Amino acid sequence: MKPAPFAYEAPASVPEALELLARHGDDAKVLAGGQSLVPMLNLRLARPAVVVDINGVGGLAGLALRGGTLAVGALVRQRALERWAAVHAPLCAEALRHLGHVAIRTRGTVVGSLVHADPAAELPAVFLCCDGALAVHGPGGERIVAAGALFQGPLTTSVGSEELAVEARLALPDERTGWGFSEVARRHGDFALAGAVALLRRDAGGSADHVRLALFGVGGTPVRGAAAEAELLGREPTAARLREAARAAAAALDPPADIHATSAYRRRAAAVLAERALAAALARAGRAA
Amino acid sequence: MGARYFGASVPRKEDPRLLRGQGRYVDDIKLPGMVHAAFVRSPHAHARIHGVRAGAAASQPGVVRVLAWDDLAPWMKPLPLFGAVPPGLAARVAVTMKQSPPFAICRDVVRHVGEIVAMVVAESRAHAEDAAEQVEVDYEPIAPVTDMIAAAEPGAPVIHADWGDNVAVHFRAGFGDVDGAFREAAVRVRDRIDVQRYVGMPIETRGVIAWWDPRDGSLTTWNSTQVVHFVQQGLVAALGLPAHKIRVIAPDVGGGFGTKANGYPEDLLIPAAAIACRRPVKWTEDRREHMMASAHARHQVHDIEIAARRDGSMLAVRDHIWVDLGAYNTWGIVLPYNTVAHLLGPHRVPALAIECRGVVTSKTPNAPYRGAGRPETVFAMDRIVDRLARELSMDPAELRRRNYLTAADLPYELGIPYRDGNRLIYDSGDFRANLEAALEAAGYARMREEQEALRPQGIYRGIGISGYVEGTAIGPYEGASVRMDISGRAVVATGACSQGQGHETAFAQVAADALGVPIDWVTVVGGDTAAIPFGVGTFASRSAVNAGSSIHVAAGKVRDKLVEAAAALLEAAPEDVEIADGLAGVQGSPESRVPLERVIRASLPTFARAGAVSPDFEATVYHHQPTVTYTSAVHLAHVEVDAGTGAIRLLRYVVAHDCGRLINPVIVEGQIHGGVAQGVGGGLLEEMVYDDQGQLLTGTFMDYLIPTAMEVPPIETVHLEYPSPRNPLGVKGIGEGGAISPPAALAGAVEDALAPFGVRVRRTPLGPSTVLGLIAEAEARTAEGQTGRGA
Repeated sequence: MKPAPFAYEAPASVPEALELLARHGDDAKVLAGGQSLVPMLNLRLARPAVVVDINGVGGLAGLALRGGTLAVGALVRQRALERWAAVHAPLCAEALRHLGHVAIRTRGTVVGSLVHADPAAELPAVFLCCDGALAVHGPGGERIVAAGALFQGPLTTSVGSEELAVEARLALPDERTGWGFSEVARRHGDFALAGAVALLRRDAGGSADHVRLALFGVGGTPVRGAAAEAELLGREPTAARLREAARAAAAALDPPADIHATSAYRRRAAAVLAERALAAALARAGRAA
Repeated sequence: MGARYFGASVPRKEDPRLLRGQGRYVDDIKLPGMVHAAFVRSPHAHARIHGVRAGAAASQPGVVRVLAWDDLAPWMKPLPLFGAVPPGLAARVAVTMKQSPPFAICRDVVRHVGEIVAMVVAESRAHAEDAAEQVEVDYEPIAPVTDMIAAAEPGAPVIHADWGDNVAVHFRAGFGDVDGAFREAAVRVRDRIDVQRYVGMPIETRGVIAWWDPRDGSLTTWNSTQVVHFVQQGLVAALGLPAHKIRVIAPDVGGGFGTKANGYPEDLLIPAAAIACRRPVKWTEDRREHMMASAHARHQVHDIEIAARRDGSMLAVRDHIWVDLGAYNTWGIVLPYNTVAHLLGPHRVPALAIECRGVVTSKTPNAPYRGAGRPETVFAMDRIVDRLARELSMDPAELRRRNYLTAADLPYELGIPYRDGNRLIYDSGDFRANLEAALEAAGYARMREEQEALRPQGIYRGIGISGYVEGTAIGPYEGASVRMDISGRAVVATGACSQGQGHETAFAQVAADALGVPIDWVTVVGGDTAAIPFGVGTFASRSAVNAGSSIHVAAGKVRDKLVEAAAALLEAAPEDVEIADGLAGVQGSPESRVPLERVIRASLPTFARAGAVSPDFEATVYHHQPTVTYTSAVHLAHVEVDAGTGAIRLLRYVVAHDCGRLINPVIVEGQIHGGVAQGVGGGLLEEMVYDDQGQLLTGTFMDYLIPTAMEVPPIETVHLEYPSPRNPLGVKGIGEGGAISPPAALAGAVEDALAPFGVRVRRTPLGPSTVLGLIAEAEARTAEGQTGRGA
């Protein structure tokens, strides 16, 4: 299980990396944490001519809170975010606890997980739920890709082969916003069979004035539960309404089947998990004074 | 014999080395000038080969040789087959059996994905893999057969053309008036039970290194095998060398589980390549190769039915069994007959009728894996017993209590022979005592109360019980040589090979007690054909009984020689000499004690005189074990099922067992823990999945799910000790037992937890999707029933 031959490049700066990507285009793959790329290389499922290792690129390791926005550089390890989030961002901490194992998170990067775009991964769903945006550098300079426009399909994003994702930005929920995270996997640390991330905030009257639901493992990309959000927004989030909302979100899904779960299972589990995530978010949500 | 070490939880002598990463495995061995092999393996499940050409591979960078059948033809003899029907069995059971041996390199027809077609030897493994991609093979695909039941039907595509069909093993076995019992029984239940294909999966994959020394025409090969002497015999047959010119060494081995007790093409191909290339050759199996080409296991279907009285007394069992053997019937009678011999287990059942078919299919060949037919057959039996309990509205523990044999019933003869051809007579134990001990340790009554109390809250907890009786320590023999060195220290050499079981400790305990020396004075050597000429190897829970007994007897003989020498030195009568703590002395005279080193030195000849006695302080014993010892256990699983997602949480796991006298309780518990972990894999997670074209869909650890520390529950063990009368130590085997019952116990627990839904579990593994599917199926059945009543 050795990779097919490839050339190895280790740029020291973003411009150098972009120059290599421009030169090699689709023949190049970017290596950051390597937790998905390296197994694919070893299985010869990925056969890039050039591997561009960005671990030596300066300026990509920042982890900072700017206003309510968390900015995560392309070389920030999942484990680093997890440690930071344990104090500052409990939703991120909870999601990361489900991502692989400590050894994997110690090498794997946050941005790498986003641009790898596994539809059953936790971080893309959190990113979607937190109105995330990805800063991407390319031949034309910097552009910002909104979460809703990033995920195109399984392992496919709108980041071009000549572009480099340099920073992920997440709008962290404020203290009045409750959050919920719920997933089912075959084993601890496995990709989810199905999962849900929810945010919910209530106004002074008790009605929901901010609702986000993202589901993962149930389609080609993580998806927003738009039907659920519409059901709840501006209304009293009663237990019955949460259940209705979760069912509405699940009903809109056409999940894939594989050897680990049927499509019907994923839809049924998605409804249960969405309801649990929403209920957890409601339980954590404060009210406007 | 003083029992200073026997029975004590002596810390494992091998652990400091293994836990510090200082183990020396095959892949750690590097020889000067060594080159590396990679294999070209069939991507087809069934295909005719029309040609193999090295093509561009031969001129790739770093390539030493590309080798196909024609290059290795002189050495291409049929690979060894196992599991011939012994005469004692043939006399009582009419077995029809077909076996066609595979060859190390496939010449004409490939019969499963992963079969070897050619080999590349290169300066590095990476070079070899790059070149292997360039080897050109012309395949003509043939229709594969993947379903074992369809494969046994007339008209199915035939995997071995000269057989005419795919049924490799067929027999009927049983006793008593089964038809009469079923006719008259008050209660009859039947079901079809499936056990999936799952495998041993050692952490260390297989590996072989071979070094040919042309100076004396000798071959040394390191092989991560459980059976060095079998590998040696295979090489003797293929290479035409005498056995003493072929040394097979199994260094530290990282798990075997039966997977490494199989014969493999690489055992021969790497030595042949070393001879052909005149350079040491190494091959370390990668995980992808391991998944597709190392032995698979399990995989059976049972159409089982049971007849009973209203009070639960079992009257008869009938079972039609299909055993999927994979593409070659490598193991003959072993898996099918093990399945039959262990079906009834602890239950008293007066009549039995079984028809069993071992069927070949277009999949990786199966071999015995920890339990070898027993987990499957126990699963079928416990499923039907649980079904009977539900039919009778009887507590499943009570039903078992009424049917389990007790010490008063033993020795107990089943009306069929054992697989070795001897009468099947349970030697010792008390199966009901196992059950009571497990129920007591678990707090069964409290568990039932809690179950009732939690159900209204939507919390579904369940209890599953499984019992087995296992023939362990199959013979016919294992040997041991015990010899003293000039320092008075002992070396024990045996044909048993450790894959992590703790042989260096347990065997040293036996030897130290028998010799009368401190345990640190004993070094145990296994896994080296140069250390002892004849051996069988480690599998089938056999080493404690077979090798342990040989060590005990051989060490006793050496002690007798030491006593004789000490008597001469001390000028005492031999019967007055005692040896303890490495000192020999006259009883009642502590000041007479001398170190064994002095006794030995005094026996060596000098220019002045001959030794007092001959200094051959060594003995070799081959303990003969004609038939097996019967280990037994009851497992109890306590689970909670999330009825929303189908996820299963293991709350507790209790094992009450008897493996005769315990040499080392901590080692026994370790064996049970490891087995239970693998059984949890079989119950909840692991399955080798093929599509209908015979393509393996679970080729990596992404899809083949082994349990991790997170999935294995706390395991509580209760030891009951019923010594076996069949060996001098009173021990029985425990290597496999832990893996036998978990799938049955877990299935029972899940079914019990979801009893309010009317769920029936007929198959493992129980992933969340499967569990929700069972609930949906039960709900549909209930709805149908209600509609039916309404109409």
